[in-house]
Amino acid sequence: MPHLDAHVVVRRPGHTLDVTLQADSGDVIAVIGPNGAGKSTLVRALAGIVPLTAGHVTVGGRTWEADGHPRLETRHRGVGMVFQDGLLFPHLSALGNAAFGPRSRGAGRRTSEERARTWLDRLGIADLADRRPHQLSGGQAQRVSIARALVGDPELLLLDEPLSALDVGVAMALRLELGRHLSGFGGVAVLVTHDALDAMTIANRVLVLDAGSVAQDGTPSEVAARPRTDHVARLVGLNVLDGTSAGTTVRLDDGSALMSVTPYDGPVNACFTPAAVTLTLDEPSGSARNRWRGPISSVSPHGSAVRVHVETTSGLIADVTPESAAALGLVPGRQVWASVKATEIRVYGSRS
Amino acid sequence: MSPESTSAGRPALGRAPLLLLLPAALAAAFLGVPLVALLGRTPVSDLSKRLSDPAVLDALRLSMLTSLAAVAVVTVVGVPLAWTLARVDFPGRSLLRAMVIIPLVLPPVVGGVALLAAFGRRGLVGGPLYDTFGISLPYTTVAVVIAHAFVALPFFVLSVEGALRATNREYDVVAATLGASRWTTFHRVSLPLAGPGVLAGLVLSWARALGEFGATITFAGNYPGTTRTMPNAIYVELQDDPEAAVLLSVILMVVSVAALALLRERWFDQAIRGGRG
Repeated sequence: MPHLDAHVVVRRPGHTLDVTLQADSGDVIAVIGPNGAGKSTLVRALAGIVPLTAGHVTVGGRTWEADGHPRLETRHRGVGMVFQDGLLFPHLSALGNAAFGPRSRGAGRRTSEERARTWLDRLGIADLADRRPHQLSGGQAQRVSIARALVGDPELLLLDEPLSALDVGVAMALRLELGRHLSGFGGVAVLVTHDALDAMTIANRVLVLDAGSVAQDGTPSEVAARPRTDHVARLVGLNVLDGTSAGTTVRLDDGSALMSVTPYDGPVNACFTPAAVTLTLDEPSGSARNRWRGPISSVSPHGSAVRVHVETTSGLIADVTPESAAALGLVPGRQVWASVKATEIRVYGSRS
Repeated sequence: MSPESTSAGRPALGRAPLLLLLPAALAAAFLGVPLVALLGRTPVSDLSKRLSDPAVLDALRLSMLTSLAAVAVVTVVGVPLAWTLARVDFPGRSLLRAMVIIPLVLPPVVGGVALLAAFGRRGLVGGPLYDTFGISLPYTTVAVVIAHAFVALPFFVLSVEGALRATNREYDVVAATLGASRWTTFHRVSLPLAGPGVLAGLVLSWARALGEFGATITFAGNYPGTTRTMPNAIYVELQDDPEAAVLLSVILMVVSVAALALLRERWFDQAIRGGRG
């Protein structure tokens, strides 16, 4: 039986959210989709902040909400939640914030603070324990807020765009760290994000929401490589290749090798944006050592660029200018070379 | 902030127009001159004699006692009322809020008559109270506290409700996800966050109680030692000994101004904004 078994139906004037979601312990599910797709409503419904119109939520064999069943209030659900703007209690220190959960659940002050300190330490901010939220940077505050959500050992961890309010660099660092903490997390984590990179690097499953229903549900590389609809393709918009890294060489699952500039040992996802892909008709001879050959499967306008799908083993997406698409005569069926510079490739330890 | 410093702070906007500055100066003078006049007429020479006058001390002591007792009552019932108005959705909430505001605009004398109708010996509540327990409230020190609380409660409730509304309600949601009951959320999150509003409410309601005259003299009378508060004493002295009235007024003014000084500007702003919310 899955750890999380949910059918979330929330009807609001004008739109309906209807999502079926099952997940096992240890799963990290990224929920992506455009604004208004119902991502936040989904996590709020799981937390019990928004009541279900129909459906059910069962976690760890216990029914939290279902027809003909007394509804479990938010405070009795084993959830931990991280909000977009952190929402740290401004009148409490970092430690006070992190200790709030255990204290509310009846633990003594000393015990609560010990547990809180352990988590602040794990997130590398033990030295900031006495700071008030206004004395913390955005990244530090979000670490406290992640610690606060994890202190109570939740069965279900809900992260509602935890990185979107941060600067790009800070978000990147915290993303890697969040991935590490989530891989050690025993419950189910649901991560709402509008950033495909979050989904691809942190999650082992991606749920694409569109207009209140599931457009696609699969592993990050499946969704990236074989987006079921154009809409999903646009949302995901990232090349993700599975492989095993040794140093800066990534041995891909199809047997070919890839050069990156990030040393890593172990199973990885190698990610790069469609704009980083160069298409040529002849075999490239420049510095790009990462190259593939295959026929074009589709060409479609994408913003001011042209998006080209190339049928390699795992499938590639490339964005080129309309001028070069015309100059190269890019049409479906045509054989092309796709190449990517090593510096454009980001390597993330993958979870399997 | 004064108009001068605003225009100085934003020279790009140009000079502040005289059409606004002149009436503003007039208004400031209108508020300031009576206070200066009061201070100017203070009989400084017999200050020490007056201050040791038992009648003055009695009135001052009674005023302090009753106004602080009223503030205590107002706090105990006012915080829950403010929280209910700010956080609980129920039919008739706007009606309840209107009821809270009425004593604010009610002439104090009318308030006193209304209190007599409610708590007088033949009043709605006072009648049964007298018949059953033999307790009579009017013209007692308790009546003074009741009159004070009646006029001060709206100030306090509006100030605290405004502060509670001004805090992000998402904090309540956060607390719930962390396992907090609504009671825990109230006293560990909502109340501390509304702290400045509560403080502003305390000072405003205390100042209002301290100066209360109309409702008090109507409902509690003017008996030396039990119901003759400072304002009542000033009223009496004004007929017998105007100099004494001036002195008492100055004492009351000094106390009130000291209370105002306790209020930092932002608390005041918040209280005013709350009053409109």
